[in-house]
Amino acid sequence: MNAKPVNHSEITIGFRGVEYCAPGHTAARVLSGITLEIRRGETVVLVGRSGSGKTTLLRLVNRLLKPSAGEILVNGRAVDSVDEIRLRRGIGYVIQEGGLFPHYTVAENVGLVPALEGWGQDRIEARVAEMMRLVGLGPGEFAGRKPRELSGGQRQRVGVARALAADPEILLMDEPFGALDPVTRAELQNEFADLARRLGKTIVFVTHDLREAMRVGSRIVMLAAGKIVADARPEEFLRLQDAEVRAFAASFAMPGEAWA
Amino acid sequence: MNLVGFFASHRAEIFAATLAHLFLVAVSMAIAILIGVPLGMTLIRRRGLRAMALGIASVLQTIPSLALFGFLIPLPLLGGIGTRTAVIALVLYALLPILRNTVVGLTNLDPAVLEAAEAMGMTETQVLLRVRFPLGLSVVLAGIRTATVITIGVATIAAAIGAGGLGTFIFRGVAMVNDAVILAGAIPAALLALAADGLLGLLERKLRVA
Repeated sequence: MNAKPVNHSEITIGFRGVEYCAPGHTAARVLSGITLEIRRGETVVLVGRSGSGKTTLLRLVNRLLKPSAGEILVNGRAVDSVDEIRLRRGIGYVIQEGGLFPHYTVAENVGLVPALEGWGQDRIEARVAEMMRLVGLGPGEFAGRKPRELSGGQRQRVGVARALAADPEILLMDEPFGALDPVTRAELQNEFADLARRLGKTIVFVTHDLREAMRVGSRIVMLAAGKIVADARPEEFLRLQDAEVRAFAASFAMPGEAWA
Repeated sequence: MNLVGFFASHRAEIFAATLAHLFLVAVSMAIAILIGVPLGMTLIRRRGLRAMALGIASVLQTIPSLALFGFLIPLPLLGGIGTRTAVIALVLYALLPILRNTVVGLTNLDPAVLEAAEAMGMTETQVLLRVRFPLGLSVVLAGIRTATVITIGVATIAAAIGAGGLGTFIFRGVAMVNDAVILAGAIPAALLALAADGLLGLLERKLRVA
């Protein structure tokens, strides 16, 4: 997003009274009464059970879904008032297993948004190499590989590099490390937390893994049945007395649980 | 008369009939692809229309080929005796596998890949050309391969309405109760079908994205 409107506040993403009903199921609300402000540079982790609406909330930001009621603001402007293609090119998006294009090489995947944006070839190549080094993949070794020639962890790194390539202010991540083995997962979580602090992006991160939320987040927002039930800094989150938070936290307390 | 003898003495005639047969198939397939692939592309985002188009194409395919040729003869403009009518019937037959595979190939893709493409700010046209087409091409090609094999077979019946081709020998052989004459049409037709199947299959495997 080149033509940034002047920001009188530090709010990067805002939800105002947002409701969402799945098309054709108007009776069942997936989200209701969501009001939330996300500040520049925050890493907000959305946690909750499956079906609590966290992925839906994430997809409203880049207009993959449209709210049934309420308003979503990005950089002070309602998302439905801006061109959706422009909006999305300014927002990085990472999903489980990366969603990489299997017919493109790693370099082509990473350089995709810059190419769509019409950057010159030299600039794209330089940027791709920079991004690959940023996520710990040597360009010489990996640039020419296809996604199927990578491990799960490497694919996920490519997914992050691709999302960052056009230098978006906002990064949306939907269970990005969900499909990885626990060791690789912890590695990527720590590296990512470090990366997020250095880059200063505004990040919305969805997970159902509370440990992951504590590792990467600067703020944890918990959803239950489509409503926000908790919103706290990681160090405060475990001290909250809300029943849903207690139930969620308790499931992580015992080693050897299904979550481990 | 024995088979080898008949083939030897009618070389030129068999060769000419094979060329005429290939011409019928090539023209019909070219038209069917030019209709089927773009039509399939427009149906990607229209579910209702998609079901209707595939339904119509399926019904066309269930009409016995000889009957379809017969139905077309009395039609004004389209019908009559000869190559044009034959080509129309062959196109109608080839349409279903091409249309169906185009729709399936371009829609039955990893949802995560399509979601990523959309979320990265690709326009619908960019998603079609850069993602759906390259990833679905081998499935589209499989439909073209099936259609080609069907067309080579059905084209033998086109001789019944005066369109020529290898069917000429088959009908003549049946009328004469002469196996050698039947085989002079049947063997080259079978070989053509096998060759087309093999070549297109090879291309299909080359284009497949693992």
